[in-house]
Amino acid sequence: MSKSIHKPGFVLGDALDIPTFKVLKQDGTLYKGAQEPEFDKEMALKLYDDLVFIRVLDERMVGAQRQGRIPFYLASLGEEAASVGSAGALKPQDMIFAQYREQGALRHRGFTVDQFMDQCFSNDRDLGKGRQMPIHYGSKALNYNTISSPLGTQIPQAAGYAYGQKLDGLDACTICYFGEGAASEGDFHAGLNMAAVLKCPTIFLCRNNGYAISTPSAEQFSGDGVASRGIGYGIATLRVDGNDLLAVYAATAAARAYALEHNAPVLIEAMSYRLGAHSTSDDPTGYRSKDEEAQWAKKDPILRYKHWLTQKDWWSDEQEKTLYAEHRANILAAMKAAEKRPVPTIDHLITDVYDEPTPHLRQQLKQLKAHMRKYPEQYPKTSGRLDA
Amino acid sequence: MSQMNLLQAINNALITAMKQDDKVVCFGEDVGHFGGVFRATSNLQESFGRARCFNTPLTEQGIIGFANGLASQGHKAVAEIQFSDYIFPAFDQIVNETAKFRYRSGNEFNVGGLTIRTPYGGGIRGGHYHSQSPEAYFAHTPGLKVVVPRNPHQAKGLLLASIRDDNPVLFFEPKRLYRASVGNVPEEDYELPIGVAEIVREGRDCTVLAWGAQMEVASKAAERAAKEGIECEVIDLRTILPWDVDTVIASVKKTGRLVVTHEAPLTSGFGAEIAATVQEQAFLHLEAPVSRVCGLDVPYPLSHEAEYMPDETKVFEAIHTTMNY
Ligand SMILES: Cc1ncc(C[n+]2csc(CCOP(=O)(O)OP(=O)(O)O)c2C)c(N)n1
Ligand SMILES: [Mg+2]
Repeated sequence: MSKSIHKPGFVLGDALDIPTFKVLKQDGTLYKGAQEPEFDKEMALKLYDDLVFIRVLDERMVGAQRQGRIPFYLASLGEEAASVGSAGALKPQDMIFAQYREQGALRHRGFTVDQFMDQCFSNDRDLGKGRQMPIHYGSKALNYNTISSPLGTQIPQAAGYAYGQKLDGLDACTICYFGEGAASEGDFHAGLNMAAVLKCPTIFLCRNNGYAISTPSAEQFSGDGVASRGIGYGIATLRVDGNDLLAVYAATAAARAYALEHNAPVLIEAMSYRLGAHSTSDDPTGYRSKDEEAQWAKKDPILRYKHWLTQKDWWSDEQEKTLYAEHRANILAAMKAAEKRPVPTIDHLITDVYDEPTPHLRQQLKQLKAHMRKYPEQYPKTSGRLDA
Repeated sequence: MSQMNLLQAINNALITAMKQDDKVVCFGEDVGHFGGVFRATSNLQESFGRARCFNTPLTEQGIIGFANGLASQGHKAVAEIQFSDYIFPAFDQIVNETAKFRYRSGNEFNVGGLTIRTPYGGGIRGGHYHSQSPEAYFAHTPGLKVVVPRNPHQAKGLLLASIRDDNPVLFFEPKRLYRASVGNVPEEDYELPIGVAEIVREGRDCTVLAWGAQMEVASKAAERAAKEGIECEVIDLRTILPWDVDTVIASVKKTGRLVVTHEAPLTSGFGAEIAATVQEQAFLHLEAPVSRVCGLDVPYPLSHEAEYMPDETKVFEAIHTTMNY
């Protein structure tokens, strides 16, 4: 029951004052009162390995796009801790619905360097059969739902998926990643409300990286970030420093426990900054200053975490060198191998439209093949394998 | 006259419209200071201020709902949807609201001042969600006009006409041609008619009908056919809804043959509507069945894009088959 008042008195839009949860300072020491995470050294090093792998991968793939070897790429530079740290706190049976900048979570789950490359090069080993642009990864085995470009669509889907997990009585929840820009879509509002009302064990993790392509968050919303909306929907909400892997890990671990104990959603807003361009199609010099970027570069999440590892005596310069060199070599080798492989055969143009190609589609494929036999030079990627 | 690419022509049309009428307001995702992801709205904010050209939050249903309200209030709302693949969150606002605003109110209210600009089409290695041609969904909606330009000159004249037309217009921009298509464009204000097709090449043997980026393919196929002595009449439909039945029928009556081509999938594509109308109105003149050269009935692919596309060789073959029926 709401208490009564007898004069009009607004609750103002800035009435909430949502704090930010932080554990690690940039120098790698802990804030006063903050706690060490619950993971051991092995896990700590695995998370670091994921971070470094993604940073090297992103750098190489942006380069590959510039060289014209792939049509597109999208890096997560500066935001690696948000996806790696959160994925680290989940269980392998938890489903992941990502937006597109969460390659760190996928890597943590065990997607191999070859799998990354096969997808980006749209070759015949790509799990998505070469149908989507680079970075639209997905893997049933790793509980990572395939990326879809239309923004926000995964948000209500994550509520529905989690509801199914609840009905089946599983010890599993669903995490849903999205940007602060995507949170303006109708699907965000529909999804959070449904998850709250239908009591779905969904962790909604908003990566607030300050921008949606060129649009700064100040032109995206007027309220207190995305976190304030969770409270409006009756959802337990936490804002966290997204460049602080230990804080993101602890926040997600707590969210998972809460979601499963209460059969209820949680909203986490991870504050970070997209250090690179939106994608290889973008040039941020048109909308923000080098100075602003430099300020955020100082808050590098990987460096911060490395400082912590070093102070615990779990990491050395020697190991650092080896790790980077190893990842570079592996990524290069995998890229060369993936690039050499052919695209899927033309038969896959019509598979998976339905569970089985319809007679009508078979007919269209037959006509297409007849045309390709007449003009094989027009279709060099597939015309040599028409009867394969 | 000056040389412009298609993007520059669109930008030039927007500047022309905003200068001429201060009721014109442009908005959408990233269209403000940045000038849009393709830069079609470059310098508009600098020239006309933040109140008349601005970034919106990232919500297509919001953009078009807002645009409906603004247009019904009397402004000329020019809303950009960043890619036509992302128009679907706004489908309800467009189909149930934009299209029916006038009819349902007995013309008490209307959103005739609304223009929705959106890049469409493939050929840019964009996969499912940066390549689609959704014109047929909207062509199934009475109350909307649907316009597709093929080059810079057409783009400026048709966009100015769309903004000033007293009906809501969906303006599909062929993004493959944004920078690739360059031509002479008058600096001054001019309009090209909506609802009127254009015969871009005359011929007596076979009519080839297309719109937007596919016009380039249709024209090349016609040139190829000409080398074999087949004279194609190539028509740019320009407006999908309401479409220029008379020009098409007159041409088919002359040639006795029709090849329609579009990038969107075959089934229920706009070519189907054209084929049905042509057999109804020119049945006894037809020497061969109407031929459709379209995308396959599959989601727009990536690695098989070349195979999916209704390319020049496919259109050429269809012309051949139609001639030899
Ligand atoms: C429905 C829809 N509208 C527009 C786009 C085009 N688009 C792709 S990414 C993007 C910005 C997204 O920003 P945000 O959600 O903050 O994620 P970030 O890129 O910052 O990680 C836009 C507008 C899209 N993919 N889907
Ligand atoms: Mg963002």
